[in-house]
Amino acid sequence: MSVKTTDTLVQRIGDRFKQALQESSDFRGDLSVVVEPAVVVDLARYLKADEGFDYLLYATAVDWPARDPRFTVVWEVRSLADKTRIRIKTAASMPDPHVPSLTSVWPAANWHERETWDLLGIRFDSHPDLRRILMPETWEGFPLRKDYVSFGEPVIFSDQKLEGLEPDAIRG
Amino acid sequence: MVKSDVAQEPYGPEHEPETEWMELNMGPHHPSTHGVLRVRLKLDGEIVRDADADIGYLHTGFEKSFEDKTYTQGITFSDRMDYLAPPINNVGFVSAVEKLIGVDVPPRAQAIRVIMMELARVSSHELWLGTTGLDLGVYSGFFYAWRDRDLALDLNEAYSGVRMMTSFTRVGGVAWDLPEGWLDQLQRFIDVMPGRIDDFESMLTDNPIWRQRTEGVGVISREDAIEAGVTGPVLRASGVDYDVRKAFPYCGYEQYDFEVPVGTNGDCYDRYRMRVAEMRQSLRILQQAVDNLPDGPWLTADRKVALPPRAELSKSMEAVIHHFRLVSEGFKGPVGDVYAFVESPRGELGFYLVSDGTNKPYRMKVRPPSFCNLQALKKLVQGVLVADVIAIMGSLDFILGDCDR
Repeated sequence: MSVKTTDTLVQRIGDRFKQALQESSDFRGDLSVVVEPAVVVDLARYLKADEGFDYLLYATAVDWPARDPRFTVVWEVRSLADKTRIRIKTAASMPDPHVPSLTSVWPAANWHERETWDLLGIRFDSHPDLRRILMPETWEGFPLRKDYVSFGEPVIFSDQKLEGLEPDAIRG
Repeated sequence: MVKSDVAQEPYGPEHEPETEWMELNMGPHHPSTHGVLRVRLKLDGEIVRDADADIGYLHTGFEKSFEDKTYTQGITFSDRMDYLAPPINNVGFVSAVEKLIGVDVPPRAQAIRVIMMELARVSSHELWLGTTGLDLGVYSGFFYAWRDRDLALDLNEAYSGVRMMTSFTRVGGVAWDLPEGWLDQLQRFIDVMPGRIDDFESMLTDNPIWRQRTEGVGVISREDAIEAGVTGPVLRASGVDYDVRKAFPYCGYEQYDFEVPVGTNGDCYDRYRMRVAEMRQSLRILQQAVDNLPDGPWLTADRKVALPPRAELSKSMEAVIHHFRLVSEGFKGPVGDVYAFVESPRGELGFYLVSDGTNKPYRMKVRPPSFCNLQALKKLVQGVLVADVIAIMGSLDFILGDCDR
């Protein structure tokens, strides 16, 4: 186990990925790096192989409708030996938000990325099995997007029919 | 071996007639899925070749709901996710908020949180013992487990008024002090439980049928466990010494003397042993917490996040203003994102909180341990018998409410 501090870790990433490292922050002890989508897989391979980040915690995305690019995609990984964590962030923009998948580096990302696709509509390129996981296969829309209205789903009771009503008119 | 002169029919895998794998639905309404889970099994006779877990039947959109509620209102959502360990969800949720806004929690509140969390761990493992036993044919165990778990729920009720959905945490502490006589009730629980666990162990630990059903079944190696992202007792049974309470102590866990049981084989039997050992360690922590319970306030004095005491409202205008602000709009957090995590009975329960500076979470992503453990099911069941799928699913101890959120 080598002695590493978070500061030098960011420096090492900066040396290696140069301009692709857009930003880094240390907020409340949580280290984050923002990188270009093109280098995400390389960064992940480097973090796993050379820095010992062997355990993927989760993957998710955050929707910022007013921003361009609109989505921040987040993976967080931990080194079980060093007890350190790093958050990898990258951006995805409309109309077809997509980022590389990290399942080839951390297989545990599989379900987390499926969930992100399901709830936020981020496509993960070269994901082996990208389909909805929590919502039904036939679901339309991505519930965790900010423009998706809560409690707007039509509910059809057995004695009712939604004739003449488009689902979208109800969903808002 | 005598070679026969008679020309034999060709045999071997390449000469066998083509067979089709049968697809079998296990669930969504299957007793051993504990919730609503559908597993699509691909069967080659009795042998499972592939499995696809279809989750989401209990998806309730908690992450979306968090975005509509203030930080204090969100607490009541948190315990409805993992309904078998609600106090731990409460603490996990508020610790993310506390990390974001930087509040200090008084020592007494931390000790109360530890007591409630360890009670939840014991009751959750008790329930696991009962239901997993039920799945594998130990019918009587279920009744003993239910009886013992009820003692912990009685304590929940005496403290918070509710048996399960405690919602007892507040940002900066806990909602109430311990009621009078509660510690005596807890002491009786601590005294009676070791014998009850012994009873259970005498029923299962050396029971040849139990061992046959669990030993060597559902083995996951250390490397595979890390790669699959499993957590909690499942990870520790495979020999990874990782427990959030030890690795990143929170709520003052560093003051308590306890051990983290670590297994070697990574099979269902080891996962069973982990949980039984963890119950004993939880009782140790509880005893220490009772003996060394600090005096003092149970909620922070920071009026920006915590309600003033009732008595102050009739005397101080300041208190009335704070009370009004907190009740009507809550408090705001700084812009930023944090990840806070606690050790639930199922593993690392994490909350990734993104704040845009308002009084509500902009995004609250939950990292549920059940979701992570269930992901490993596909790998674990390949090549086992159908009956072992039940044992493996039981040993993963997933709660679908936690998994689907």
